[in-house]
Amino acid sequence: MSSENRAAYWASNLKLVGVLLTIWFVVSYLFGIILVEPLNNFRLGGYKLGFWFAQQGSIYVFVVLIYVYTVQMNKLDRKHGVHED
Amino acid sequence: MELKTLTFIVVGITFTLYIGIAIWARARTTKDFYIAGGGVHPVANGMATAADWMSAASFISMAGLIAFMGYGGSVFLMGWTGGYVLLAMLLAPYLRKFGKFTVPEFIGDRFYSRTARIVAVICLIVASVTYVIGQMKGIGVAFSRFLEVEYGVGLLIGMGIVFFYAVLGGMKGITYTQIAQYCVLIFAYTIPAIFISLNLTGNPIPQLGLGSTMAGTDVYLLDKLDLIVRDLGFAEYSTSARLSRLNMFAYTLSLMIGTAGLPHVIIRFFTVPKVRDARSSAGWALVFIAILYTTAPGVAAMARLNLMETIQPANGQNLVYAERPSWFKNWEKTGLLKFEDKNSDGRIQYTASADTNEMVKVDPDIMVLANPEIARLPNWVIALVAAGGLAAALSTAAGLLLAIASAISHDLLKGVFRPDISEKGELLASRIAMAVAVLFAGYLGLNPPDFAAGTVALAFGLAASSIFPALMMGIFNKRMNKEGAIAGMVAGLSVTLLYVFQHKGIMFVESTSFLGDMSPNWFMGIEPNAFGAVGAAVNFAVAYAVSKVTAAPPEHIQHLVEDIRVPSGAGFASSH
Repeated sequence: MSSENRAAYWASNLKLVGVLLTIWFVVSYLFGIILVEPLNNFRLGGYKLGFWFAQQGSIYVFVVLIYVYTVQMNKLDRKHGVHED
Repeated sequence: MELKTLTFIVVGITFTLYIGIAIWARARTTKDFYIAGGGVHPVANGMATAADWMSAASFISMAGLIAFMGYGGSVFLMGWTGGYVLLAMLLAPYLRKFGKFTVPEFIGDRFYSRTARIVAVICLIVASVTYVIGQMKGIGVAFSRFLEVEYGVGLLIGMGIVFFYAVLGGMKGITYTQIAQYCVLIFAYTIPAIFISLNLTGNPIPQLGLGSTMAGTDVYLLDKLDLIVRDLGFAEYSTSARLSRLNMFAYTLSLMIGTAGLPHVIIRFFTVPKVRDARSSAGWALVFIAILYTTAPGVAAMARLNLMETIQPANGQNLVYAERPSWFKNWEKTGLLKFEDKNSDGRIQYTASADTNEMVKVDPDIMVLANPEIARLPNWVIALVAAGGLAAALSTAAGLLLAIASAISHDLLKGVFRPDISEKGELLASRIAMAVAVLFAGYLGLNPPDFAAGTVALAFGLAASSIFPALMMGIFNKRMNKEGAIAGMVAGLSVTLLYVFQHKGIMFVESTSFLGDMSPNWFMGIEPNAFGAVGAAVNFAVAYAVSKVTAAPPEHIQHLVEDIRVPSGAGFASSH
């Protein structure tokens, strides 16, 4: 395996993780803590929106993030020919 | 049937199941003992990880804490789930690719240093031992409340079970019992929640019930709860922050980084066959964890509402003490619930003011355990909750004990003192280390040291400030060398310990807290439990600075890092 391919694979990996961790930060720290008060002016049924992100929404998004990561990394592995077996 | 008899039957059935699994899943090699043979299916590993992770604290304490903290309790919900995102993307796949048995082994190899390995072993043992004491306490309490046996006898029974399957089966026995324990604990947690949500809102799904209107009215449950607690002078449920928002930020971050750095969780990802299994397994673990963690906010709010409404069904109509329900009397006997008739009217006033409040003690820990009784659910549900609490405590204790035993037999004995030990000798040594660890933990559970109360803060603080940064830099910074990693670990650890001890006392002996546990003394208003994030930042900064001014790691180490960054087994060596 060439070192260019290896570097390209690693760069794509870092980019993917960067994007996903930004979303991770936004839903929990930004929506759930920093912006909780303005978001609480909106509602999701009986939930204040900021409260919902802090106690429900962020957790659902975390699950989706790992799912997307797994699928995308498996694709990336194949694209660069570094997948197992 | 009587509650006690039912509880004995339910707990007895689950214990028989665990023993049966232990006999079936004996360990025959060190690979079986340390990583369950390495062939665990990713979904099965996800389920075992969920049970490994969710301890007595998650099962018993968390919803109770949220019930009294309201919005502020969100730090536990986000902190103890968000760490899996870090684990899945930053650590698990790479450590699996590295393909060894323990966390200190990675640190020792990657930083080509026996010192680094020993520092990691010390961090691991301190973090895991402090954590295991809490589990032992949970086992003792669950037995004494539900089976009415002595705390010590309950603890011995629980330890006996763990001893049997952990010594016999190692990681293999632990993995398969954890899967069974997950099933027990998740049923025990969700079934009462479904009943209570249905009673209050007409919606059986607690995640939706919490956002619904009260059955038969158009008032939202959370609005009603806010109104009730505000009228009595308490902080509004849905907006009350925990201290400052900066503190909540730091607390959440500490718990997330700590979660990702706890060795007993990380080693679970060594048991799956492939790198891609490690990724998906972290996802499955979070799915199984999220089922409990998204149910917990509903349990918390509904338990608080039920408690308030039992004591004060309508404004001015307070419960007459002599007519209190039986669950109230039962918990009074344990001392976790206390009433004092301050105005001598024979009725119970529950307010936020210390002068008029007559519920002088409501321990948050009783909320989950008393919930089914408060909601008048049938006895078999209460028996199930007892079995669930025990499953949560036993599964976590076993995982922690394995982390400790493998650090001793594999990292210290084989890694440092007797590198030439045979496979058979090491397997025997690991069983002995496990047996000693179980006995030691049991001893600490029977004689909890003074510092037992503050131990969770210590475990997460250590994992966040020492282990996580070292692992992450080992993978993502090729230039990171042994000098940087060791200096970073020591600096992060020292800053965190210093901060915790100066406010909470040295090893939590209060009289030695040289600055006193006063919030004005807190650094930027950050409580000691939330300081792991700062310790981690110090670790990263020191490690980076030291690595810049010292020699780069040797060539073969840089190749090792390149090799763990790609999943394919061929790796660097064969590409030449």
